[in-house]
Amino acid sequence: MGISRRALFNLIGTSAGSAVMYDAMLALGYAAQSDFSRPIKLSGDVKGSSVLVLGAGLAGMTAAYELRKAGYKVQILEYNDRPGGRNWSLYGGDEYTELGGNTQKIQFAKGLYFNPGPWRIPHGHQGLLHYCKILNVPLETFCQVNYNAYLHSSKAFGGKAKRYREVSADFNGHVAELLAKATSQNKLDDSVTADEKDALLKALKEWGTLDKDYQYRKSDPVSNVRGYNTPPGGGIASVPEDSDPIPFKQLVTSGLWSSMHSGQEVGHQSQIFQPVGGMGMIGKAFGASLNGLIRYGCKVTKITQEPNGVTVAYTSRSGDTREQVAKADWCVCTIPASILGQIPIAVGAPMRNAINSLSYEASIKVGLEFKRRFWEEDDRIYGGITYTDQLISNIGYPSSNYQSSGGGVLLGGYIYGNNAESFQFAALSAQDQVKKALAQGEKIHPQYRREFKSGVAVSWHRVPWSLGCAAAWTDENRKKNYNALCAIDGRIVLAGEHCSRLPAWQEGAVLSALDTVQRLHKRVMSSR
Amino acid sequence: MSSFFDDHFAIQRHVMPIVDPNARQVMKVCLTAAAMACLAISPAMGAAAPSTQSRAEAVKKVPMQDGKSIYENVCQGCHMAGGKGAVGAGMYPALANNPKLEVAGYPAAIVINGQKAMPPLGEYFDDRQIAEVLNYIRTHFGNRYTDKITAAEVKAMR
Repeated sequence: MGISRRALFNLIGTSAGSAVMYDAMLALGYAAQSDFSRPIKLSGDVKGSSVLVLGAGLAGMTAAYELRKAGYKVQILEYNDRPGGRNWSLYGGDEYTELGGNTQKIQFAKGLYFNPGPWRIPHGHQGLLHYCKILNVPLETFCQVNYNAYLHSSKAFGGKAKRYREVSADFNGHVAELLAKATSQNKLDDSVTADEKDALLKALKEWGTLDKDYQYRKSDPVSNVRGYNTPPGGGIASVPEDSDPIPFKQLVTSGLWSSMHSGQEVGHQSQIFQPVGGMGMIGKAFGASLNGLIRYGCKVTKITQEPNGVTVAYTSRSGDTREQVAKADWCVCTIPASILGQIPIAVGAPMRNAINSLSYEASIKVGLEFKRRFWEEDDRIYGGITYTDQLISNIGYPSSNYQSSGGGVLLGGYIYGNNAESFQFAALSAQDQVKKALAQGEKIHPQYRREFKSGVAVSWHRVPWSLGCAAAWTDENRKKNYNALCAIDGRIVLAGEHCSRLPAWQEGAVLSALDTVQRLHKRVMSSR
Repeated sequence: MSSFFDDHFAIQRHVMPIVDPNARQVMKVCLTAAAMACLAISPAMGAAAPSTQSRAEAVKKVPMQDGKSIYENVCQGCHMAGGKGAVGAGMYPALANNPKLEVAGYPAAIVINGQKAMPPLGEYFDDRQIAEVLNYIRTHFGNRYTDKITAAEVKAMR
């Protein structure tokens, strides 16, 4: 019918709701939920077998945690001087040096932070939630959909942002009215029986807040959904004033409705969590639990294997920089494919080709510190996300410390994916990325200039230890190379988000690690 | 799975004493059909769909046209100013003084198809833009390869 699958899902999602869209997506083979069911148990006597884990990100530390518990001798080599990898938060006093040598000194006030990488944990990500629980990482609610946040298009309504609730109520209302009209005019008779028709009309009336004539019109019930011009109050001068719905034609051509889809995806549906104090708290807790096993500041230079074991050459990033080696019976390598493709590794052609087949996605996140929480004080936005058609795409409001004094840090821009616009944003210096985020953000929040205090930008293609945000799988490449990437090659096996069907999610890293150590353990037990 | 259905039927249970246990499923199928039908019958929705499609599927090209601008607005994000490259746990090769640029077809193939961590970039440029940026890189940053690659040659490599 001349409509793309994504556009179709968008329309089904926005007109019929997320449940219908989800069913449609499942039917067409989309959407991936975590398959974590219970903690794993690796049983049997491993008789002193050793495993060398490369990388102390979530995949590496999950693998190390479970392997140590099963009795393996475990050691980890990590490039950074901290655990966590892409699980990472920046705080005042931190420094970050990107490729090319530009160093940003984070100026945030005490207690404020910015997550350059992941920032939310969906309730379905039970693997990651399991480790948060056993590592005692306190969680709080992450607000994804905020009906009082804005939807903004520079090409619609004179560039004036609309509240999410206005767009949502009006879109549902108008679509319900249209569908009701089609139903009453018997235009859906091929698809809807007489019984269903009555039920459908009832549902549309309620869903779209239609009146007795099945019309979506300015009224008290409609204002109760889309908001009042003057809300009801107390005492004498308290008469509410209804608001005017946005006309359908303007709304549907504004494109604003397209931003409502994001909150309906499985990974973005309530409930969503974040660790108290920053996403990086998980990596810190994991690192503390593996105290003594991780050697930091190690750059892996070569990975070889013999019939009886694995040898990994590495150099220390400070002090004695001569090449050293670490040996073990087995190796779990979680180094991103973007880096691993540049390291000599003794694996067969299928795994090597799979590693080399993966390019990595662009992603840029900008953190903006403001002196005052004007989004709360002036705009009454507490957490959640504003969407715009400008390059910055998202403005994320902090889901914590509501109404606190001392300012706050916004996600001032989140540019994702390999495309012409991301590449242009990624080519800017970090300082210019902050400037651009300010210039675009102030179209929505004019308070920006006055309240701005400090900023930081992280462009993932310039992150020295990942050269990108996440593996850019295509369906075609997954068919061709995914199984080879995940297979055990002699004594080496890979893990990480790139070895999962939940790319870019932390859950993908955890699930990949769990799958990998179970397969590896089986191999170890059967090889004696 | 949270949805307006759950909320809706929770509300309806208060106002409607009888809710067929199968109603939920029926409504799902019914509304899916309705949504599909809506796509087909409504002129307004029908008009919106193709523009959505073109937004979603037409790959936007990089707007810069000359080699220097293309380099500074795209390539420089990784290969750095002056083509000097960068080294961390992994590296971006320096394009400055790089003998591998001698035969233009080699960097052309990498730009079009990508290589390892480098994403394939062919679809974000037209043939002339790729030729422009290659000719710029091959005659700057200490490189002196004055033979030019043409848009037609780039086209033949796609």
